[in-house]
Amino acid sequence: MIKVVNSNIKDMVWVFAEQADGALAEVGLELLHKARTLADKMGSEVSAVLLGHEVEALIDPLFSHGADNVYLLDDQELKDFRSIPYANLVTKLVEEKRPRVVLFGATHIGRDIAPRVASHTRSGLTADCTELKIETLTLRKVEHPDLLLQIRPAFGGNIIATIISPDVEIQMATIREGVMEMGVADLSRKGRVIQVPVKLDPIEIAVKIIEKHQAASTVNLKAAPIIVAGGYGADTPEKFQLIKDLAKVLGADVAGSRAAVDAGLIEAERQVGQTGTTVRPKLYIAIGISGAIQHRAGMQESQKIIAINNDPEAPIFGVAHYGITGDLEVVIPQLIAAYKSQLH
Amino acid sequence: MPLHTIVLVKQVPDTSNISGDVMRPDGTVNRARLPAIFNPEDQAALELALRLKDQYGGLVTALTMGPPNAVNMLRECLYMGADRVILVSDRRFAAADTLATSYALHKAIQHIGDYDLIFGGRQAIDGDTAQVGPQTAEKLGITQFTYTQEVLNLDLKQRTIRAKRAIKNGYEILESPLPVLLTVIKDAARPRPFDVRKLCTYKRAQSKFEIQSYVDESHDLITLDQVLEKARADGLYIETWNIEDIDADVSMCGLAGSPTKVHKVENVILSGSEFKQVPASTEGLNEMIGELMQDHIFG
Repeated sequence: MIKVVNSNIKDMVWVFAEQADGALAEVGLELLHKARTLADKMGSEVSAVLLGHEVEALIDPLFSHGADNVYLLDDQELKDFRSIPYANLVTKLVEEKRPRVVLFGATHIGRDIAPRVASHTRSGLTADCTELKIETLTLRKVEHPDLLLQIRPAFGGNIIATIISPDVEIQMATIREGVMEMGVADLSRKGRVIQVPVKLDPIEIAVKIIEKHQAASTVNLKAAPIIVAGGYGADTPEKFQLIKDLAKVLGADVAGSRAAVDAGLIEAERQVGQTGTTVRPKLYIAIGISGAIQHRAGMQESQKIIAINNDPEAPIFGVAHYGITGDLEVVIPQLIAAYKSQLH
Repeated sequence: MPLHTIVLVKQVPDTSNISGDVMRPDGTVNRARLPAIFNPEDQAALELALRLKDQYGGLVTALTMGPPNAVNMLRECLYMGADRVILVSDRRFAAADTLATSYALHKAIQHIGDYDLIFGGRQAIDGDTAQVGPQTAEKLGITQFTYTQEVLNLDLKQRTIRAKRAIKNGYEILESPLPVLLTVIKDAARPRPFDVRKLCTYKRAQSKFEIQSYVDESHDLITLDQVLEKARADGLYIETWNIEDIDADVSMCGLAGSPTKVHKVENVILSGSEFKQVPASTEGLNEMIGELMQDHIFG
């Protein structure tokens, strides 16, 4: 049976506040807004867990985006991310305070440590959730309060699975960047900083970072007002070039489905969908994308969607506002010509 | 002690190949009809392990947990050059989530004994969770390099490994004392083709399940032990372990050992309320663009 140890403290919803080189990852802030809604339903506070070195400047933004408490773990050894010190310290804190919900961004860092924390604490962990809810469910006549519904598209097909962890106390999930909407920062919000002492054994810091090369990101699909995306239907570099041509004419950003990324037609950081980025542009043009749920999850909240596909039955038409059935090699040049003529 | 590398491999349904009768009329996927393949990133992981063996000597053990037919993938591991392959298979492992899977794998690894390195794919294409590698490392109490792109150096005297791993918008080079569990991305290595001589030898290698069904068909003319002994002597027995063999706690395996449960699955109903079919003609496209300009979507 579940023992909710800290139910009187009501500090039950946590977000791992990822940072690198003194900058917070946006996904952490997005998750704080979601955590706020979940916590309100539970009558709980929201806490952010911040690890790093000399990262005090990052605390206020965490409050502004919804944290009531910030657990601060500051140490020279935490300046750069390493699996063992980060995972072990978060594990220790989770074990001690026993929150009911812990959310991580599904980033290189979040996906590295969340499984270790979940493994050690025997918590449920669901990857790449696209929606989270808190509900009380009665299962086999037993009431389970404050269950985290971890909702994600499941294997193939048009299926959405709701995953729960009813028999354990701590429920964890990873969420891709952009899935949860970044709310407005409330600069007047303040909270409590809880300093957590950092003690690390030499063996925990035995991994050495020999070199680190990181370029500033040049891709920000989340901020793009217009996105032109190609998929499996644009399966040659020549066809994909047409997609890039259209994007250039429209002043749009280029993106791709997972199939396009797997085929090497476009970089992984331009992937839209459940395992890529979630976008909400003013206009999304999906070309040669059949529209599996994993892709739709990442773009269906776009203000307007144009779908171009030679298969009239493609599921992408189900979320589109405008559908054009036809061969992309014919339709794209027509569309470019029509756009240019309307500009004059 | 020669270098011992364990590679975690998984047989997965080929989700990139969904077509025809794989989809049921209600829109769900009939997993049984999907071809089973060697998870691509696990294959890259095996290749990296074999390259280290080529360079430094030693032994490579491939380990999988899965249904009896995962033995097909283990034979492929032998064809590529694995020295030993192990099938961990038991009905009681069914419906395991990543935690129950990593529990079983770590028990199997402990049963194997000493190792210097563990490789595995970053993630399997049927779930994309990337959780089993780190969870197995945690249960073994060892560190991990996730998103490994390249092994740069192995120093067997100092017992350290240096590898390059992907990070956001770049890469880093890490060095760690052994042992380490490394999860590998697909681009790290292109798997080598099967060795024809190994293929000729090991296509006859069989798991306990296969030997059992052969014995069953013989109508008691031979016993399981006799055939097992012969297969072992010929080096053609694929070790097959159940829950008892790896000394696992049944309550930690399969559905019982999985904290995450599927509460419900729903078909998605597409709304498409304001859908407009646009003819692929100049007038049709002009009209659409006109509407979008009016709505201030463009410009």
